[in-house]
Amino acid sequence: MPTVGVKRDLLFKALGRTYTDEEFDELCFEFGLELDEITSEKEIISREQGDSKASGASDTILYKIDVPANRYDLLCLEGLVRGLQVFKNTLEAPRYRRVSPSSGEPQKLVITKETAAVRPHAVAAVLRNITFTQERYDSFIELQEKLHQNICRKRSLVAIGTHDLDTISGPFTYTAKPPGDISFKPLNQTKEYTATQLMSLYKTDSHLRHYLHIIEDKPVYPVIYDSNGIVLSMPPIINGDHSKITLKTKNVFIECTATDVTKAKIVLDMMVTMFSEYCSQPFTVEEAEVVYPDGKTYKYPELAYRKEKLSSEFINRKVGINESTEKIAQLLTRMCLLSQATGVGDEIEVEIPPTRSDIIHACDIMEDAAMAYGFNNIPRTTPRTYTVANQVPGFSSACLMCCSQEDIAEKLAKKISETKAVHISNPKTAEFQVARTTLLPGLLKTIAANRKMPLPLKLFEISDVVLKDETKGRHSTFFPGRCAEIFVRGKSVGRLGVLHPDVINRFELTMPCSALEMDIEPFL
Amino acid sequence: MADTGVVETLLRLIEKVDDGVDSLEVAASLGVDHQVIVGAVKSLQALGDIISAELRSSKHWELTEEGTEIAEQGSHEARVFSSIPLEGLAQSELMKLSFGKIGFSKAMSNKWIRVDKSHEGGPRIFKTVESIDDQVREKLLLVKKANTAQLEEKEKNELKKRKLLSEVTVKSYWISKGISFSTTITKQETELTPEMVANGSWKEKKFKPYNFEAMGVAPDCGHLHPLMKVRTQFRQIFLEMGFTEMPTNNFIESSFWNFDSLFQPQQHPARDQHDTFFLSDPALAHEFPQDYLERVKKVHSEGGFGSQGYKYDWKIEEAQKNILRTHTTAVSARMLYKLAQQKFTPVKYFSIDRVFRNETLDATHLAEFHQIEGVVADYGLTLGDLMGILHQFFTKLGITKLRFKPAYNPYTEPSMEVFSYHEGLKKWVEVGNSGVFRPEMLLPMGLPEDVSVIAWGLSLERPTMIKYGINNIRELVGHKVNLQMVYDSPICRLDPNTA
Repeated sequence: MPTVGVKRDLLFKALGRTYTDEEFDELCFEFGLELDEITSEKEIISREQGDSKASGASDTILYKIDVPANRYDLLCLEGLVRGLQVFKNTLEAPRYRRVSPSSGEPQKLVITKETAAVRPHAVAAVLRNITFTQERYDSFIELQEKLHQNICRKRSLVAIGTHDLDTISGPFTYTAKPPGDISFKPLNQTKEYTATQLMSLYKTDSHLRHYLHIIEDKPVYPVIYDSNGIVLSMPPIINGDHSKITLKTKNVFIECTATDVTKAKIVLDMMVTMFSEYCSQPFTVEEAEVVYPDGKTYKYPELAYRKEKLSSEFINRKVGINESTEKIAQLLTRMCLLSQATGVGDEIEVEIPPTRSDIIHACDIMEDAAMAYGFNNIPRTTPRTYTVANQVPGFSSACLMCCSQEDIAEKLAKKISETKAVHISNPKTAEFQVARTTLLPGLLKTIAANRKMPLPLKLFEISDVVLKDETKGRHSTFFPGRCAEIFVRGKSVGRLGVLHPDVINRFELTMPCSALEMDIEPFL
Repeated sequence: MADTGVVETLLRLIEKVDDGVDSLEVAASLGVDHQVIVGAVKSLQALGDIISAELRSSKHWELTEEGTEIAEQGSHEARVFSSIPLEGLAQSELMKLSFGKIGFSKAMSNKWIRVDKSHEGGPRIFKTVESIDDQVREKLLLVKKANTAQLEEKEKNELKKRKLLSEVTVKSYWISKGISFSTTITKQETELTPEMVANGSWKEKKFKPYNFEAMGVAPDCGHLHPLMKVRTQFRQIFLEMGFTEMPTNNFIESSFWNFDSLFQPQQHPARDQHDTFFLSDPALAHEFPQDYLERVKKVHSEGGFGSQGYKYDWKIEEAQKNILRTHTTAVSARMLYKLAQQKFTPVKYFSIDRVFRNETLDATHLAEFHQIEGVVADYGLTLGDLMGILHQFFTKLGITKLRFKPAYNPYTEPSMEVFSYHEGLKKWVEVGNSGVFRPEMLLPMGLPEDVSVIAWGLSLERPTMIKYGINNIRELVGHKVNLQMVYDSPICRLDPNTA
């Protein structure tokens, strides 16, 4: 679950009242949030770096709130406050509007065909006459980071770039060039670098190095220029220093480049709905035009309001309550889904705002109604499903299913190719290289880890192994002359015997050991 | 029983004195190790009040290793002195000897030797006196003979500083006569044997009293792992509620059944290398019900069945990737699909089996664990019904106070986290997750529109760890399992009264 850190006092100020920690925890519970931690900057630094490093840090109380992974509209203070206020009926949800520029043409972003191979899509918008304070600015940066980690899938699907519009001039060009041909002064640097140099420079940057792989091996890197050749950004890595946003910035140009255009639109909508609050005309966003290589033009942000019709009977039936159509419409409105009874039977028309991209089916609307009603207010009923039960014969154990390749092969004096094992391609450690083909290594490792136990030790396991095909038994695991194959009704079902001293040694054991391994499926 | 010879000797020594004897002195006078005397004291104590033994602690000077060496061979400075012949010795030669460096400066400060720096052939050392008194050695010998009293405190500390002496604390016994003191000890019998009964000799024998404080001999028996015991209990609960067990013996699953059929998008973080184990061999699955696959593809990429869909390019290559299943919900999906291919009848399914997550390991997370899952499919099930059935299920575990919190799962809507009130911790703790499967999952399978499927799940490890008081999951599962814990774990009874 994504976590949002907000200053408690700022939060309460915006909500218009204070809460005790318990009251706020309760509010979060109802709304589907979790107040995960109450801490301060000082405490965080103290915990991660030691008390001495924390001495100058802030004592301001921070709330760390866990937010559902599909609620991008709750990832910043502004969104949380808005959502909670509408939920508590202390605010009406704002209406977000895209507007034309008050004078002149809309800003234009032209995409060239070179981007098709690496990052084909882009969307853009303008926030006009915005006022930043330090807190708003921090929130603005933080939301980009959260979206990058979340819906943008660590910038691989979408990358956001924000720029001071007054330092650049359109029309803007989004193209892709060989890394050697791109040169600019990146954010927070003092000199110019080529893109090739930046790839090396950022290899040691603890934050940026995780994104280099997205474009590193491509023949061309994405880059956005303004009409004077100034680089706005090299997505998804870094913005240019020239157009960076400061507290004095009044007009913001936002561009999102992407491999998934649906997500880019959602991300842009999130950025502008959250922060247009601080524009001189609150909740208005100035349009921008994006021109694709084929000449098609699109206006952004979309800020679409979608309407869906459903019946109150549907809601009542699915949730298990019995509320009037008007009441249900009110419940939905509290969830930022402005709703009205249409007057046709029990029909409700629900308006889904651009901030609720998580609503994709009527069942999502139904859940919101249940949340507003209060999950714990719903009467508990017993389903009258009549069924007769059946069991699956079988056994289980507690030894691990996965082990190292060595465990099922070399240590047992077998060749891995003969074991017909299933191999795992991305194990984090050697202990997860294969799924086990025999139960013996697990038992021997358990004995080795429990050497302090008094002898004799007798262990058993009846469980599943994973085989690609039938495994043929090789007798080199056992001591010559002291092993046997087990036959049931003429068919071999297993082997038993004294383990060969070499096998014992490989599992770091010292005492003689006998083992029996048998397939019980024929008996079930 | 300690060596009876020592025991009897000890008793005789005690008999002779009025007050008592010190165990250390006894050991020294008998020429045995102190532990032998301690052993004798202990066995006498076991027989009753024959002796009275008081534990004492005394400080005691001992020679260090270096001190012992000097006591035997003489101090460094004395050895330096004795190694110099009449004609003197080159300093360089002296320094080659092991005691040379330290001995030289001490011998110089004692004025036993002198150096002629201007000698031809290099600085040369000569004796200044005819003979010397190796006082250091003499002092150490005193200590060795346990005559430390003859040395002054100052001298002892001086030697301690030179690391030749150390003060050790020694525990000894002051042994005196007990109430039932006697110099003869009679052997006690432990068992009544058939012969004793037959010939009556038991009348003359003394029997060792039973020690009711001791544990009995553990009977030889097998032990079931606590996880399996808890699993059996959960299985019992499901069967009592009329649930049928799903066949979950396929740990390897295709991404299609594990994710795509559940309406979990291909770009979802859970499908990342970091969270899921992908197989390199066999890497891909190839057999899927084609019509169904097409419907799944459509609902992801375009929508349909009342849904907007996710609007992204769905790729067959992603769906084909084989993985170690991340949840048993993959099996539930297969079962529901199978159910949809025939005339619908209501069902209740359950499973308790292993799942695999490629997670960072710590005290409460393993890469493999067991998931418990319950599924009910019927016409017109409501969210209230889900809460009701969860109540029934958890009541059988002795948990009656439940609260539900809105949550998010890609494949259920609504989703609820289930919390129960922990009397011990005095707070609400999460005990499971639940939800109603999304129409985008059920409708492409072909299930009728008015059929609802509710489901819930929890891990097996967590309730087991709580029940058996285990804090580190690695002690519960895997080869690092604590076998002692397995032997000791009591029968699992998920008693409604003691949960």
